[in-house]
Amino acid sequence: MTASTLNPSLNPTLNPLLWMIPILPLAGAAINGFFGRKSSKKAISTVALVFSGAAFGIVLWIAAGFSSALAPYSDPVAHWIRSGSFSVDFEFYLDQLSLVMLLVVTGVGFLIHIYSVGYMWDDDGYYRFMAYMNLFMFFMLTLVLAKNYLVMFIGWEGVGLASYLLIGFWFTKDSAASAGKKAFIVNRIGDFGFLIALFLMIKHFGSLDFTRVFAAVQPLSSETAGAGLLTAIGLLLMLGAAGKSAQIPLYVWLPDAMEGPTPVSALIHAATMVTAGVYMVARSHMIFERAPMAMTVVAITGTLTALFAATIGIVQTDIKKVLAYSTVSQLGYMFMACGVGAFSAGIFHLMTHAFFKGLLFLAAGSVIHGVGGEQDMRKMGGLRVYMPWTFMTMGIATLAIAGIPPLAGFWSKDEILWQAYNASWVYWLIGVITAFITSFYMFRLMYMTFGGEYRGGAVQKEAAHGHDAHAHDDHAHGHGEPHESPWVMLGPLVILAVLSLIGGFVGYGNRFEHFLAPVFQQGADVIAQETSSAAEKSTEYLLMAVSVSLAALGWLLAYLLYSLRPQLPARIAASLGRLYQAVANKYYIDELYNVLFVKPLLDGSTTILWHGIDQGAIDAAVNDSADAARHVSDNLRHMQSGNLRSYAGWVAAGGAVVIAYMVWMGVR
Amino acid sequence: MVPLSYYLVLSGILFGCGVLGFLIKRNIITIFMSIELMLNGVNLSFVAFAAQWHALSGQVFVFFVMVVAAAETAVGLAIIIAVYRTRETLNVDRVNLLKL
Repeated sequence: MTASTLNPSLNPTLNPLLWMIPILPLAGAAINGFFGRKSSKKAISTVALVFSGAAFGIVLWIAAGFSSALAPYSDPVAHWIRSGSFSVDFEFYLDQLSLVMLLVVTGVGFLIHIYSVGYMWDDDGYYRFMAYMNLFMFFMLTLVLAKNYLVMFIGWEGVGLASYLLIGFWFTKDSAASAGKKAFIVNRIGDFGFLIALFLMIKHFGSLDFTRVFAAVQPLSSETAGAGLLTAIGLLLMLGAAGKSAQIPLYVWLPDAMEGPTPVSALIHAATMVTAGVYMVARSHMIFERAPMAMTVVAITGTLTALFAATIGIVQTDIKKVLAYSTVSQLGYMFMACGVGAFSAGIFHLMTHAFFKGLLFLAAGSVIHGVGGEQDMRKMGGLRVYMPWTFMTMGIATLAIAGIPPLAGFWSKDEILWQAYNASWVYWLIGVITAFITSFYMFRLMYMTFGGEYRGGAVQKEAAHGHDAHAHDDHAHGHGEPHESPWVMLGPLVILAVLSLIGGFVGYGNRFEHFLAPVFQQGADVIAQETSSAAEKSTEYLLMAVSVSLAALGWLLAYLLYSLRPQLPARIAASLGRLYQAVANKYYIDELYNVLFVKPLLDGSTTILWHGIDQGAIDAAVNDSADAARHVSDNLRHMQSGNLRSYAGWVAAGGAVVIAYMVWMGVR
Repeated sequence: MVPLSYYLVLSGILFGCGVLGFLIKRNIITIFMSIELMLNGVNLSFVAFAAQWHALSGQVFVFFVMVVAAAETAVGLAIIIAVYRTRETLNVDRVNLLKL
C-alpha cells in the first residue's frame, strides 16, 4: 500500500465512476425530497429505484473489471481542508474490502428499495420514505468509499442521521419518535470516542488519510508491554464501533429502533449501517494489530454481546425484536472475529449476515404485512399455508443463520469459530453456545409464526381497526385472513434466499480470505493455514461437527417445545420464575441505564441547570434588573406631571445644585 | 464702600423671591412680575460686578436685558389680555390647553 500503487492512471476506466456511486443516490434523494410531494407514486418509485439501481450497476461493472493487481485505487474528487501540512480531501478509495462493502450495500440496498415499493405503497409519507432511503445509501456509500477518517466520519454521521429519520419515520407515534432520539443519543456517545481517536491521529500522525496513518503506524512496534497511544486509539475507535454496531454497552438503541418501518430494519439495522463499526475496525486493522489490549477488548465485547443478546432473543415475543437481538448477537460474532485478528472472517460474516438477516427482516415484514400489522408472534401461527413463499424464503434464512451446512451462515460462522478457537477456547465455547441459542430462538420464531394453527383469527378482525392502525406498522387493512405479499415484495425475498443459499460458497477453500488478503496483509497466514498439519485439519472438522450438531440440537429443542408440546414453554417459564422475568425484561438494562445515567442527568439538568442556573441566576438577573428599572421609573415618572411650574421648579433646583457644586468646588 | 457680597446677597434674595413667586403663585400677572424680579436680581449682580472690576461690559449687558425685558413685558401683557378675553381667568392652571 505504498504511494506508487495509488497512481490513478493504473485503472483509467474507473476514473469517472467511483465518485458517481454515492452521488447517484444523493441525486435520487434530492429529487424525491424536493419534488416528491407533488409527484405520483410511480414517478417516486422510478426515481428511487433508478438511482439506487444505477449505483448498483456501476458497482457491478467495477467488480467485473476489478483486478487485485490494480487495487488499491484512489479517486481524488475535491480539496476540502488545507491547513499547513495537514490536509483532508474528498477522496474515494477502492480496494478489496471496500468492493465487498460496496457490493453488499448497493446490492442488498437495491433489493430492499424494490421491496419498499410494495411495503410502503399505501403510506402517506411514501416520497419521504424513498428520499430518506436514498439519502441513507449516499451516506453509507460515502462511509465505505472514504479514503480518510474524516470523510468516513461524514458518512458515519450521515447514516446516523438517516437512521434517526427512518426510525422516527412515523413520528406522530410517541414510541417511534423517542426510539429515534434514543438511537441518535446513544450513537453520539460512540461518536465521541471516534472523534477523540481522530484527534489523537491528527496530533500524532498529522493526517487522517488511511494510507498515511497506516504508513505511520506500520513501523511502530506492538504495544504488548502496556497501553500506549495505539491502544488508546484502538479503544476509542472501538467505542465508536460499539455505538454504531450496537455492542455492549451501547446496544440498547437497536431493539428500540424496530419502531421504524420493516424495510428500514432490514436495510439499516441488519444489513448495512450496523456493520459500519465492523468495517471501521477492519479498516483500522493496522492500528488494532499493534494494540493487543484493544484487540482483546474487541474480542471480549463481541463475545459477551453475542451471548448476551442471544439469551434475550429467546424470550422475545415480538417478531422484529427477536430479529433485532439476533442482529446484535451476530454483530458480536463479527467483533469476536476482528478481536482475534480474523478480520476477513468478520467481513465474510458481515456479508453473509447481510444476506440472511436482510432476508429475515424482509420476510418478517412480509408476515406483518400479511397479517395486517400484527407483530406479536403469539397471535400468528399456521402462516405457511397462507404465505408459502414467505415461509420458504424465511426458512432458508433461518437455516442459514442457524449455521446448517451448506448455507451461507455455516461457512462464515464456522470460520469465525475456528479462528476464535485458535485464539482461545473460551471464545469458541461461548461462540458455540451462542450458535446453539441462535438456532433455538430462530426455529422458535419459525414454529411460532408458521407452524401450528393461525391464532389471530377473529380477534384480529375486531382489533384491526382501532389497535393496529397506530400500534404497529401501519398496514391495517382490517382483514381477517392472512394473505401472501405481492411479487414486488417476494422478488427480493427470493433473490436474497438464493444468496443465502449459495453465498457461503465464496468462502469455500478460503477464497474469500485470499481475496481480502492484500488488505489485511495476511496472505502468509492464510497459506500457512492451508498447509497446516492433518491434526489441525481434523480439529477444525471436529469443531465444525460440534457446532453443526449443536445447531441441529437447537432446532430439535425448538421443535419439541414449540411444535410438539406448545404448552411446555409456559410451564418452564413459570418454573424459572425470577430468572425468566429478568431475561424477559432484557436483564433490566434499560432500567439500569435509566437509574444510572438518564435520571441523574435529568435531575441534575432540572434542579441545577434549569431551576438553579437558568432560572435562579440568568433569568433572575434579567428579571430583577427589569423589575428594578420599572420600580425606579415608576417613582420617577411623577416628575413628569404636566404642570409647567413644577418643571420650572426642577430647573431651579437643578440650577441651584449646579451653583452649589461650583461654589463648593470654588471654595476648595 | 459697600462690599460686593452685600450686593450679591441682595441679588440672590431678589432672584430667590422671583423663583419662589414663579413657582407658588397662580395668577399669571404675579408670575410675570416674578420673572421681572428675577431679571432685576440678575441685573443687580451684573452692575455690582461691573463696579467691582471696573468693567463696562456688565453695565452694557444690563441695558440689553432691560430692553429685552421691556419688549417682553409689552408682548407678555398683550398675550395676558388676549388670554383673559378668551378664558375669563388669570389662573395658569386653567390655561393649560392650547385648544379651547
